[in-house]
Amino acid sequence: MRHLLSTEDLGKDDAVRILDTAEEMAAVSDREVKKLPVLRGRTVVNLFFEDSTRTRISFEAAAKRLSADVINFAAKGSSVSKGESLKDTAQTLEAMGADAVVIRHWASGAPARLAASGWIDAAVVNAGDGTHEHPTQALLDAFTMRRNWARINGTASPGTDLSGMKVAIVGDVLHSRVARSNLWLLRTLGADVTMVAPPTLLPVGVAKWPCTVSYDLDETLAAGPDAVMMLRLQGERMNAAFFPSTREYSRRWGFDDRRLQALDSHGLKETIIMHPGPMNRGLEISAAAADSPRSTVLQQVRNGVSVRMAALYLLLSGETHAAPATIQEAQR
Amino acid sequence: MSTSAAAPSPQPARVVLAEADIDRALTRIAHEILEANKGSKDLVLLGIPRRGYPLARRLAAKIAATDPGVKAENITGQLDVTMFRDDLKRQPTRAPLPTQLPATGIDDKVVVLVDDVLYSGRTIRAALDALVDLGRPRIVRLAVLVDRGHRELPIRADHVGKNLPTSSAEKVRVRLAETDSVDGRPVNEVVIEDRTA
Repeated sequence: MRHLLSTEDLGKDDAVRILDTAEEMAAVSDREVKKLPVLRGRTVVNLFFEDSTRTRISFEAAAKRLSADVINFAAKGSSVSKGESLKDTAQTLEAMGADAVVIRHWASGAPARLAASGWIDAAVVNAGDGTHEHPTQALLDAFTMRRNWARINGTASPGTDLSGMKVAIVGDVLHSRVARSNLWLLRTLGADVTMVAPPTLLPVGVAKWPCTVSYDLDETLAAGPDAVMMLRLQGERMNAAFFPSTREYSRRWGFDDRRLQALDSHGLKETIIMHPGPMNRGLEISAAAADSPRSTVLQQVRNGVSVRMAALYLLLSGETHAAPATIQEAQR
Repeated sequence: MSTSAAAPSPQPARVVLAEADIDRALTRIAHEILEANKGSKDLVLLGIPRRGYPLARRLAAKIAATDPGVKAENITGQLDVTMFRDDLKRQPTRAPLPTQLPATGIDDKVVVLVDDVLYSGRTIRAALDALVDLGRPRIVRLAVLVDRGHRELPIRADHVGKNLPTSSAEKVRVRLAETDSVDGRPVNEVVIEDRTA
């Protein structure tokens, strides 16, 4: 693995390896010394062209726990606002010795461009690009689901996948890179995915996606999903009228108190409610649902650090410049 | 540390320790550990993956057999040193393995690190670094099944199953029933392979 750009081209073995490594990273967070020396002397640059709190902080915490040096770069207040191109920005960072670039960009495909262009040598991690992908979010969601799934099945989670698990992804699928990344990864790991959204918030090609599509959240909940992932309604990307009013959206596609009770009355004791954050409380998720014991929102944030540690470790720890391995070294 | 749990290689190999030899060596080491520690008080055995861990469990079982006050699983643990190695940048990426400590922890304990082969000493250096982050043992000792020489760091073992003079062109393979099999049959043996042949 050289870069982490999408979950669509992530194989099952690599995915499970990242999740297993994340399990070990999670154990570090419970220790007295929450730090590992693996990336000492390496530099990780957080290159953020779009606003973010948890993803940037999570990547920063992950890199610091691995003893890397972190440089944070936000497009606002930088030379980007003077019109500097992505290429020049990237090459500037390369000249400063970045070993990994974590990039979030409003344009779909910007991380892939950075990785394929030959502008820089550093490993590229996609931290969300436009409406394309957000692979580390999908990995941390899968990690959270896998732990719950293993707990329900009474097994240990390392080495397992999600086969047999039923996941409903609800809300603004059209604008959501999280939904896309989750779909590809969950399919790879063997889960069944149902997308629930108003027709206006589903992308054109959704019929070809490897998932079931539903317009009715109550029907999907009655079918007994093991995890319900609520997506944030992305007001900042909405330039047209996608539904009549937020109140109507909330009643039909929001996870409100009524639906929280419905889960109990359907006898779905183990169903978890997920949200990638930031939450619009009262819109796509009610406060009672977000704070209920079913909610994994804070687990997801905690697991995010472990998963990002695993990704950075696996990308940065291997052979760097194909040093000739002597017999002695190979045997160690 | 020896590598993969693969089938026998075509290279000429000679067995230097058979199953009974390994068992005798471990019995002796178990007694040496008890003797050096004047009993089993505060004793913790930490095996280094992969093959140090089964060895630590075997040693713990032998210690428990001589001292009825000890439960083997309460004094055994696994210490993963992957993240503390000094050759991470030179090797293909390794996935870390679990670190499991006994419930009592390692603070103020007598920790015996257990590994299969002592060679350059770099694995043990990594293990010492890993220990520092987990707690502060009173004493740290080292037990290995095979010491093959060629040290690159000032590290020595307190308890050695067998001193094995080797050339660095040779490869020492430890196969344990818990981790290895040949032709689908679990084996316990230490073999030397000549890699130049």
